[in-house]
Amino acid sequence: MIGIGLGFKWFIFVVMALTAVGASIIMVTRKNPIHSALWLIVTFFSIAVLYVTLNATFIAVAQVMVYAGAVMMLVIFVIMLIHLEWGARLGHKKSFPKLIGSIITIILFLQILAGVYTYSNTGQHGIYTAQKLAEIGNTRAVGTVLYGKYAFAFEIASILLLVGIVGAVLLARKRKEQER
Amino acid sequence: MDALIPASEFRWIVPEMILTGFGLVLLIMGCLTRGPVASKISGVLCIAGSLFALIFTVKMWGMNLDIFNQLYTIDNFGTFFKSLFLAILILVALVSLRYADREEIGGGEYYALLMFGVLGMMVMTSSHHFVTIFIGLEVMSLAIYVLCGLLRSELASVEAALKYFLLGAFATGFLLYGMSMIYGSTGLIDVVDLKKYFLMKQPFSATMFIIGLGFLLVGFGFKIASVPFHMWTPDVYQGAPTSITAYMATGVKAAAFGALIRVFFTAFIPFQFGWSEIIWVLAVLTMTVGNITALVQRDVKRILAYSSIAHAGYILVAFITGDRGEASSMLYYLMAYSFMNIGAFTAVIVVQRKGDNTSDLDSFAGLGARHPFIALCMSVFLLSLAGVPPLAGFMGKFYVFSTAVKAQYYWLAIIGFLNSVVAAYYYLRVMMYMYFREPIGEAAGAVDRAPQYGLVMLICMWALLHMGIFPRTFIVMAQKAVGIFG
Repeated sequence: MIGIGLGFKWFIFVVMALTAVGASIIMVTRKNPIHSALWLIVTFFSIAVLYVTLNATFIAVAQVMVYAGAVMMLVIFVIMLIHLEWGARLGHKKSFPKLIGSIITIILFLQILAGVYTYSNTGQHGIYTAQKLAEIGNTRAVGTVLYGKYAFAFEIASILLLVGIVGAVLLARKRKEQER
Repeated sequence: MDALIPASEFRWIVPEMILTGFGLVLLIMGCLTRGPVASKISGVLCIAGSLFALIFTVKMWGMNLDIFNQLYTIDNFGTFFKSLFLAILILVALVSLRYADREEIGGGEYYALLMFGVLGMMVMTSSHHFVTIFIGLEVMSLAIYVLCGLLRSELASVEAALKYFLLGAFATGFLLYGMSMIYGSTGLIDVVDLKKYFLMKQPFSATMFIIGLGFLLVGFGFKIASVPFHMWTPDVYQGAPTSITAYMATGVKAAAFGALIRVFFTAFIPFQFGWSEIIWVLAVLTMTVGNITALVQRDVKRILAYSSIAHAGYILVAFITGDRGEASSMLYYLMAYSFMNIGAFTAVIVVQRKGDNTSDLDSFAGLGARHPFIALCMSVFLLSLAGVPPLAGFMGKFYVFSTAVKAQYYWLAIIGFLNSVVAAYYYLRVMMYMYFREPIGEAAGAVDRAPQYGLVMLICMWALLHMGIFPRTFIVMAQKAVGIFG
C-alpha cells in the first residue's frame, strides 16, 4: 500500500502514530489528573501531525488551536479550580469489573485491528483531489463544503452548541436556597 | 458555486423553524423574568408553538422530496414520527404546567430544552444522511442530559444526569465510529446512496463494513435501551424528574427506533441474514431481562423503566424480520407505547408528592377507593401495557408478533408471547395495590390534583381506546409511512 518512495512520510507516520497511541495509554493510566491532561496534549499534537501528513492542514491547525489549545487549557483550569490534583486517587484494586472491562477492550481492539487490516480502498474519488486542493487551498475547500453543501447540518449544529451552553449554565447555577 | 440552497426549500422545514423560534423566545423570557407566572406563560407558549408546528407537519403528509442537498428529507415516514414527537411534546408540556412548578424546575429554559430536544428528534428521523442523523441525535441527547439533572437538590437526579451523560457520550462514540467505518469502506455517507451501492456490488462483505454495522447497532441499542446496553435505564428513569422520564421513555425511544428503522430498512436489508441473528439474541434478552427484573421491583417508576426495556424487545421482534411492508407494526406499536407510558407516568406524578421523587408501591395502596378516577386511568394504562384487549397495547403486540409469525420466526413469537404473560404479573400487581390494599401510613394523604393531569390522562386513555378498537386508520397511516421503503 505504501511504497518505499514515501520513506520520510512513512517514517513520520509511524513515529507519530506510536506517540499518539502510547501517550493515550499513559494518559488513561495516570493517577494524577494533571499528568493525564498533559499526556492528552501530546496525543492531540501527534494526531495533528498525522492530519498534516494526510494533506489536511486546516484540520491540523484547528486541532492544535481548539483541542490542544483552548479545550486543554479549560480542562487544566477546571482541575486546578476544584483541586482534583489531590483528590480522586483511586486504589489499585484488581476487581472483577476491571477484568471484564479489559477483556472487552481487547476484543474490541482486535475487531478494529481486523477491520483495518482487511481494509481495501474502494477506489472512489471525491471532487477534491490533491491537485484541486493545492489550487484552491485547504481552508477554502473546507469552507465551501461546510457553508455550501452542509449548511443545513451546520445550522442544526448551532442549536446543538446553544443547548450545550444553556445546559451548562442551568446545571451550574446555584439553587435559591444556597444563595441565601 | 454548485451548492447553494434555494430559499424556497425553507418552507419545508417550517415546523422545525417554529420550534426553534419559540425555543429561542422562551430562552430570552427565562433570562428576563422568573417565577410561577412566567413559568406558566412559558408552558403555554411551548404548547402553542408545538401546536403550530403540528399543524404544519400534518399538512406535509404525502409529500416526498429531498431538500438541502439530500441532507434532509420530507416523506411520510418522517412526517409520521414528527407528528408523534410533537404530540408527545404537547402532552409533556401540559403535565409540566403543574409539575414543573411543583418541583420548582420550571421556567423558560425548561420548556426551551423540551422543544430543542424534539427538534433534534425530528431532524434525526427525517434524514437519510449520516451527518444529519448524528447531529439530530446529539441535539436530542444533550437537551435530555440536562433535563435529567434539573432536580439539583436530589442526589439521584444529578446521578441520573451524569450517568446518562457519560454512558451516552460513550455510546455516541460507537455510533460515530460505526458511521465512519461504513464511510471508510464504501466511500458513501448517505443511506440511500449506500442502498444503490449495495444493489450494484452484491455480494459485498468488507470486514471493516461489518464491524461498522456492529458499532452502529451498539450506538442505537444504547438509545433504545436494549439489553446489554440497558444498564443506565432504571437509574436514569427513576432519578430524572417524572415529566422528563415520560418524555425520555417515549420520545427518545421513538426517535432512536425511527432512525434505526430508516437506516437499516433502507440500506442494510441485503445483510438482513447477518444482523437478524444478532438482534434475535438481543431481542430475546431484552424482553426477558426487562420483564424478569421488573418482577422484583417495588418502585413504580422503576417497574415502568424495566417495562420500557421489555417493550423495546417486543418492537425488535418485528425489526428482525426485515419485512419492509410490515414495518408498520413497529410504528403502530411505538405510537401506542407512547400514549400508554405518558399516561402511566402522569398517574405516577399525581400520586407523588412535592419534593419526593420516589414512587413506592405503597403510595398506590388503596388508590381505588380514595381517587377512583386516577385509579381507573392508571388501570387502563397498565392493562394496555400488559396487552389486554381492546386496548392499543394488545393490537400493537398482535401486529408485532404476527409479523414475526409471517416471517416464520415462530420461536421468537412464542418467547415474546410468554414474556408478555410474565409481564402481566407486575402490571396487575400495581392494580392489586390500588384496589385491594388498605392505604398505608401518610401515603393515604391527598394526591396532587390538577385539571392538566386529568386532561392528559383523558387524552391518553381516549387515544388508547380509539387505537385499540378502530386500529384501521392508524395501521393505514403507518403503512403509508413505511411505503418509502418499498
